[in-house]
Amino acid sequence: MEKNIVLKVENLNVELEGEKILENLSFEVKEGEVLTILGPNGAGKTVLLKVLLGIMPFKGRIEWRPGIKTGYVPQRLPFIKDIPMSVAEFFNLKRASGKETKEILNSVGFKDYNPPAASSHSLRSRAPNFLNKKIGELSSGQFQRILIAWALIGNPNVLLFDEPTTGIDIGGEETIYTLLAQLKEKRNLTILLVTHDLSVVFKFSNFVICLNRCPICQGVPNEALTPEVLRNLYGEEVKFYEHHKH
Amino acid sequence: MENFLFSLISGIFIGGATGYLGSLMLTKRMALVGDALGHVALPGMGLALLLGLDVSFGAFVFLLLGIFLIWLFEIRTSMPTEALVGVVFVASLAIGFLIVPEPELLEALFGDISEISFIMALASAIFSILIFLAINRIYPNMILANISDDLARSEGIKTKKQNFIYLLSIAAMVALGVKVVGSLLVGALVIIPAATARNLSKNLKQYYLGSIIFGVLSCFFGILLFKFIGFSAGPLIILTSTFFFLISLIFKR
Repeated sequence: MEKNIVLKVENLNVELEGEKILENLSFEVKEGEVLTILGPNGAGKTVLLKVLLGIMPFKGRIEWRPGIKTGYVPQRLPFIKDIPMSVAEFFNLKRASGKETKEILNSVGFKDYNPPAASSHSLRSRAPNFLNKKIGELSSGQFQRILIAWALIGNPNVLLFDEPTTGIDIGGEETIYTLLAQLKEKRNLTILLVTHDLSVVFKFSNFVICLNRCPICQGVPNEALTPEVLRNLYGEEVKFYEHHKH
Repeated sequence: MENFLFSLISGIFIGGATGYLGSLMLTKRMALVGDALGHVALPGMGLALLLGLDVSFGAFVFLLLGIFLIWLFEIRTSMPTEALVGVVFVASLAIGFLIVPEPELLEALFGDISEISFIMALASAIFSILIFLAINRIYPNMILANISDDLARSEGIKTKKQNFIYLLSIAAMVALGVKVVGSLLVGALVIIPAATARNLSKNLKQYYLGSIIFGVLSCFFGILLFKFIGFSAGPLIILTSTFFFLISLIFKR
């Protein structure tokens, strides 16, 4: 495997109960890249992430660079609100130390939260309110940031992010994508991002795979996403988005 | 008096451990499985009575069989587990009703703690503690898997193995529990304390401690009531448990 390649996928095929979900998919991910996986609902995007995480059976080859650690941000966790659990306890499920939890909560932008001092204050005395807050009482934006923070525990090199289907507002001008971009810089992350949102692809990523069960296109967004590809992907109705170069 | 003490000891340990297991059952969204398993125990209890064996032993063997059946149906058909559990549940009840000798039927359905021996009390305490310790080790991972199986597996947790340990533990505790509250009510022993604790807790620690405490208290007061008013202990335990649940609704967080 070439040195800067983090993940190599060859001839990936996934079948679920006799139905083909993914067909003949091959691609590579380079270190530091933001790869978006674009496609309509039911295109197999989430399945692709699960296969890459090793939690679904597949045919073909998936090769991660040895030593790579992944962090997974699932699309949603509908059942978590039924379980009485504090933010601190949620991080304890991953056996995160208090220091690490603190540091990561800071980096996902809980600004109300004091940065950890050099002296070792206990987690609780620093931010009693937030860490003891019940997960079920968080706003959807806060919860989204918590999920990202949770995935970052243990310092993964690659983040697999499954975009929530409902819009998320994490407050003010900042979107979840500016946050991800910051995290990518700070933590040297490679990001694999599932989305159905075209604007995200152009603004944020440097490689795109369009998927509708079979791979439809892949490449640099500006070149790969031709109007024809998009029609192919979403049907005739979708208009081509104008985009600006950054 | 001695018997009373033994039944109290059995009740407290079984109540605590079933309550603890119940806290996971509720987060697994499998609240009715405890109920179903209680019914699955009935034919086993009947056979044990016919053969002169301990009812808990007969119950345990049939519970293993029931769990295996449900698991088999689950991989063979695409029906939802709940429907399958329902089928196994009523079929067992029907078979059990036919097998259990008539004089012992009420006892099998609603429990009888008046005959609990020292050995049974000791066995209840030991099994309850062992199961508590086993589940305690996998508790955080179980919770994570109950939040999301995908997330747990992406963390490298073997959720199937974990589930198997959990189901075995449930089978063992239900087998012990049928002696105390009977096969019809044992599901309540698993679920109600956890439901009460969930109403009252803000975090996980309060939740599982609460489940244990309400399990213990229900058995303790239920058996005390049995001592003083003489009604059957099983229903009294469950009614005590239900009483705590109703109170918890007032203070619900």
